[in-house]
Amino acid sequence: MAVEFTPEEVTYVAALARLELTEAEVEHYARQLSAVLGHVDAIRALDLTGVEPSSHSFDLVNVLREDVVAPSLDRDEVLRAAPLVESGRFRVPPILGEAP
Amino acid sequence: MSSTAMPDAMNAFEIAHAVRTGAVLARTVVMDALERIANQEQDLHCFNVVTEDVALAAADAVDATVARGEDPGPLAGVPVALKDNLCTRGIATTCSSKILEGWIPPYDATVVDRLRRAGAIVVGKTNLDEFAMGSSTENSAFGPSRNPWDHSRVPGGSSGGSAAAVAAGYVPLSLGSDTGGSIRQPASFCGVVGVKPTYGLVSRYGLIAFASSLDQIGPFATTVADAALLLESIGGHDSRDSTSLDGESVAVVDALELGVVGLRVGIIRDFLVDADDSVVSAVNAAAAALAVVGATVDEVAIPELMNGLAAYYLIAPAEASSNLSRYDGVRYGLRVDGPDVAAMNARTRAEGFGAEVKRRIMLGTYVLSAGYYDAYYAQAQRVRTLVAGAFNRAYERFDVLIGPTTPSVAFALGQKTEDPLAMYLSDLFTIPSNLAGHPAMSVPFALGEHGLPIGVQVFAPALKESVMFRVAHAIEAAQQTGCRAPVGLSRSTRS
Repeated sequence: MAVEFTPEEVTYVAALARLELTEAEVEHYARQLSAVLGHVDAIRALDLTGVEPSSHSFDLVNVLREDVVAPSLDRDEVLRAAPLVESGRFRVPPILGEAP
Repeated sequence: MSSTAMPDAMNAFEIAHAVRTGAVLARTVVMDALERIANQEQDLHCFNVVTEDVALAAADAVDATVARGEDPGPLAGVPVALKDNLCTRGIATTCSSKILEGWIPPYDATVVDRLRRAGAIVVGKTNLDEFAMGSSTENSAFGPSRNPWDHSRVPGGSSGGSAAAVAAGYVPLSLGSDTGGSIRQPASFCGVVGVKPTYGLVSRYGLIAFASSLDQIGPFATTVADAALLLESIGGHDSRDSTSLDGESVAVVDALELGVVGLRVGIIRDFLVDADDSVVSAVNAAAAALAVVGATVDEVAIPELMNGLAAYYLIAPAEASSNLSRYDGVRYGLRVDGPDVAAMNARTRAEGFGAEVKRRIMLGTYVLSAGYYDAYYAQAQRVRTLVAGAFNRAYERFDVLIGPTTPSVAFALGQKTEDPLAMYLSDLFTIPSNLAGHPAMSVPFALGEHGLPIGVQVFAPALKESVMFRVAHAIEAAQQTGCRAPVGLSRSTRS
């Protein structure tokens, strides 16, 4: 079955996935992803009526436990890994267009 | 006397015994491993980082424990290499990605903690395909690793550095992770033993997530017994992993000598169709060897397994697209600035991720997006049910199944890098076990084209690792001379 991952779709999913791509990359990935999608597309033709989807290998249930007070990771150690921090918090560029 | 004299030809069992009884110092063992690494690492590039100082300090602590008359544990003084997607407190953990370069985790993975408690010595973090996405270790931001048997060939992947580190004789043991074959495929390519345990047997706490419903940590070793020893040490319930199964680790070491008399072994016929002749011959010879020592062997058709690859390349990217959303330039790793948060995120991810990771994130985002979810993702999850059911029906007639690990021997560097689909096909026989959550392992058995090793894969039902290891042990006993990487010998010494 011929399936196409169009350049427009690549641009669309790249935006959803927060990936900045060049035009050349869009074309390149469209070709490669079309080949992959063409292979996995066979799965759509399988008649799996009555087969339940499974998201996991085993039947898992929520794990509950008593709330026990225990030490967390050290805040300073965690923040040391961040690109930019301020007053014990992560600092990021403007979110809604306010002044930096 | 050279410091390498004693430990050179010792496997993990022998090293632990020698260290526990005071016959050899852990420091000597570790110095020896570091020397072997220094001699060959320029050619092989198994490691992202070698933790020399930390390793020697840990070795001294083990030696001090022995000197006090106490027992450091079942892996006393054994040098171990860790795939660089396992978090190590105070030691950089990169997933071979630019986006995490320089990140120092504030905690240890549970397996790292358990290794240390067992007396093992971590000597470094091994190279992988970026975020474990790949089958050749060529997708590393820090350059490929090479196969110790032939430097022009890939070690397989994604745990290629861990497989090659054992095959090169650097260390007797290493850990990898297996989402669709990332332990078993490189084990087969490198002539070592590689095990994917039952999903949930080994804690994933501190394993950087790729596809959470499929990921599982497991051992590499030169012998089946060494792999059993390592699996026992890392398995068992962990409250920090909500998918961790209840109970203790599996008992596999003591099961090895039980033999295979009366065990029913099924050869998965469907896998033989797509494998090279030398690989098919190896599987048939392994089956014949099992029959000689008392197993009953028959062929079995499980055509449903052949749908696994397509399901995997929908499910794994879908989960990856969600898991990798955390790399946003805010809390750790790389940040490339932009005028607003969205632009900063997009530029950071464009700069930080390699091509294969981007492909999978986009494919995963696509199959989860409105309009495609039912056609692809939900359908793939139905195939997952189908694959598990087909395995379980086969296990009504057989105790274990066997087949090839890979369709061919190790391929050349660069051969498949421009064709993602061709690369994906090398995981055809390993993926179904991940979808079902069942254990499977690869055992070196024969030599194929170009004198390269071929692994035979043993499959078992969930939590039946003990039966799987018994069969693997019997296969190992019949393996062709020279098909397995010897402990502690460099390639030049071997050939």
